[in-house]
Amino acid sequence: MSTSKHGSLLTLDARTKKRNAAEKRFRAYGLGAIVIAVAALAMLLISIIANGASSFRQTYISFPVTISAEEIEAAESSLLKTGAYNKIIQTGLLAYLTERDLLQDTPEADAFGMISGEAGSTFRQFILANPDAAGTTFQLDLLANGRIDGYYKGRVTAETAALDKNVTPAQLELADRLAADGALVKQFNWDFFTNPDASDQRPEAAGLGVAILGSLYMMAVVLCLALPIGVAASIYLEEFARKNWITDVIEVNIANLAAVPSIVYGILGLAIFINFAEFNQSSPLVGGLVLTLMTLPTIIISTRASLKSIPPSIRDAALGVGASKMQSVFHHVLPLASPGILTGTIIGLAQALGETAPLLLIGMVAFVKEYPAAYTADAGLFGEASTALPVQVFNWTQRSDPAFVERASGAIITLLIFLLIMNALAIFLRKKFERRW
Amino acid sequence: MIATILLALSGYFLARKRALQVANGDIRTLNSLPHQHGLNTAMATLLPPLAVMLVWAISARIGARSDVVLVPQNPTMVYIILIGLAVTGFVLSLLRISTTFRARTASEGWIMGLLIFASTIAVLTTVGIVLSMMSETLNFFGQYDFRDFFFSTTWSPNFRGDSDLGIIPLIWGTLYISFIALVFAVPTGLFAAIYLSEYAGSRLRSVAKPLIEILAGIPTIVYGLFALVTVGPLLRDYFAEPMGLGQSASSVMTAGLVMGIMLIPFVSSLSDDIINAVPQAMRDGSLGLGATKSETIRQVVVPAALPGIVGAVLLAASRAIGETMIVVLGAGAAARLSLNPFEAMTTVTVKIVSQLTGDTDFGSPETLVAFALGLTLFVITLGLNVMALFIVRRYREQYE
Repeated sequence: MSTSKHGSLLTLDARTKKRNAAEKRFRAYGLGAIVIAVAALAMLLISIIANGASSFRQTYISFPVTISAEEIEAAESSLLKTGAYNKIIQTGLLAYLTERDLLQDTPEADAFGMISGEAGSTFRQFILANPDAAGTTFQLDLLANGRIDGYYKGRVTAETAALDKNVTPAQLELADRLAADGALVKQFNWDFFTNPDASDQRPEAAGLGVAILGSLYMMAVVLCLALPIGVAASIYLEEFARKNWITDVIEVNIANLAAVPSIVYGILGLAIFINFAEFNQSSPLVGGLVLTLMTLPTIIISTRASLKSIPPSIRDAALGVGASKMQSVFHHVLPLASPGILTGTIIGLAQALGETAPLLLIGMVAFVKEYPAAYTADAGLFGEASTALPVQVFNWTQRSDPAFVERASGAIITLLIFLLIMNALAIFLRKKFERRW
Repeated sequence: MIATILLALSGYFLARKRALQVANGDIRTLNSLPHQHGLNTAMATLLPPLAVMLVWAISARIGARSDVVLVPQNPTMVYIILIGLAVTGFVLSLLRISTTFRARTASEGWIMGLLIFASTIAVLTTVGIVLSMMSETLNFFGQYDFRDFFFSTTWSPNFRGDSDLGIIPLIWGTLYISFIALVFAVPTGLFAAIYLSEYAGSRLRSVAKPLIEILAGIPTIVYGLFALVTVGPLLRDYFAEPMGLGQSASSVMTAGLVMGIMLIPFVSSLSDDIINAVPQAMRDGSLGLGATKSETIRQVVVPAALPGIVGAVLLAASRAIGETMIVVLGAGAAARLSLNPFEAMTTVTVKIVSQLTGDTDFGSPETLVAFALGLTLFVITLGLNVMALFIVRRYREQYE
């Protein structure tokens, strides 16, 4: 058979080739899109981890300090208590440096400057917690200054130090000598999870304690309000409500609320809970209420889906043996739907935990140094000023010192770990209890 | 309050006991089970005072704000009323207990009330949003001409007064950033969805689908930080500066790209659902006529799914317009009308945040403008959502 006008199945003509090429291109686009999406995810995670992983280890300077009972008394009665403790620390450091001959020609002030400004109050708290320490010599681990810490994390070099008024090259050399001597060590940074926020000048002491506590309080509020209200609303809409215009309005409403930008909830919270009801600004109570309103649609939608998946035969059987409609729902349908409801709730909570914008508007960006109490007579339940994890991240990104970028990334890693745990729990619950009818 | 709860609790046990007493210990003679009597008493004791308290608290606040005495302000009197209500409910419901009293129906009536109340909260939220923003917006337009707000092209708030508060530069920034985000997210998300639902084997799907969905679970502040510390400097150093387009790390492009990443899972999972809803018969018909797979997708599946895809894109657009943290950290704060994507611009949401954080005075137009901005945002996103839901619903009916 010679070349004919019509193609054969064995030899591809130009048009078939073109079509096949188009097919290949199309598949490549699809694969490319997936690669782009996954690559974006990878880049995001790598960037955050690369920036933030180092915040979990912190540089400490460790040396022996002696303090007598008289010194404690003098410090406690002085006006600037932490200042007095700072003096004692400095004496101890100087004694240590001269004993090991590490000071060499570094100015004393530079050596003192290597210790974090937060050290005085850390030391004071330690003494107050251990009054027996008076009169003894003990090893003290104190936070190194943020720049010294940055030196060991690659943020600060001898060249940048020469231009920086907060650190001198001499300090870095001294730091190297201290490290060689074993007095300057990197340890796991527990303080990062327990310390409150610190001022602009002391990134090394800034921690997530208050933020984690505030987020926990808010999650408690959300769980206690959104779950019962959401479940009750879904039961009514799914099991009892007659189909009329009122339930239609409610349904359209819920669908729309789920897509309202979160910042609008912040405005609502500001107007209703703070200006109108006069709850305390930046309190976890207001934050929790705002987040409750925000997660409610999510919870309602997922609860209704899981109620819907329970077959009508269950309800009919209950009604058949004389249960009322209410009993059939509460005794039979609801327990069967509970794994689905729980999964939806956890996912809603995870969403609420990461939400930032509405919390900015209700004043949770404030600088909070005190741990908020769950209940006080003045402020009421969850009424004390607090921050939240994502807001703390935002707060730190607004500061000039690059050490805070590391802190912010570290805080995000913490946040993501919380989210990962919650989502894993949701998936576990779904896998374990999922029932196909 | 605590007294009411205690009363309700004791009511539960007392009523149970009394019900048994009435029945002389023979549970069969009772119409309803003892615990249903208990529940009825507890609800009758607890709920009326709670409802009255809620109404009182709200009207007292309204009264305090508008200097009108709507309700008695004297707390002791209110407490007496509340306790009185609780006791009345307690006594009446206890007295009603008899062998023929249908406590099950009665207690379920109370619970039904609670359920209905819970489902109205969603509506109340919407009403709250609209009312709170409306009143402050009207307040704002009382102090600032609405024509200047909607048509002025300069935004320069000045806390000493005499500010220019034109919304046009903000809307421009918002739309520009959203546009870039959608240009990035829609093709990527759509192609990803097509590939996953039409081509991918089950192994690739089981890996890639959850990975893409992780992107949807990441909080926006994380994207914001990513824009701030990674994407912004990257774009500036490798694109903007060599091309001489600007030196700013925060730019429309930065925010748009990162927002695009955030929207990928949104577009892809919605279109995935829609593409899967296209009946297999349509594909089979096309393939049977000799079309290649890609021709089938382009000429049969996608056109059939188009209304749904448009709905998904609209929903994504509403997300993009309302997004806050990415633009706060990635787009900058300067209100500008410019076409250069590497310049810093600002959005409606950024300005809401900046006008409402810090020391705010709720009398000045510079603060109140945030409510007008919020209302504008709410109206725009609501419009997009309603349109998207409408399109998606109508489309679904075709195949079901």
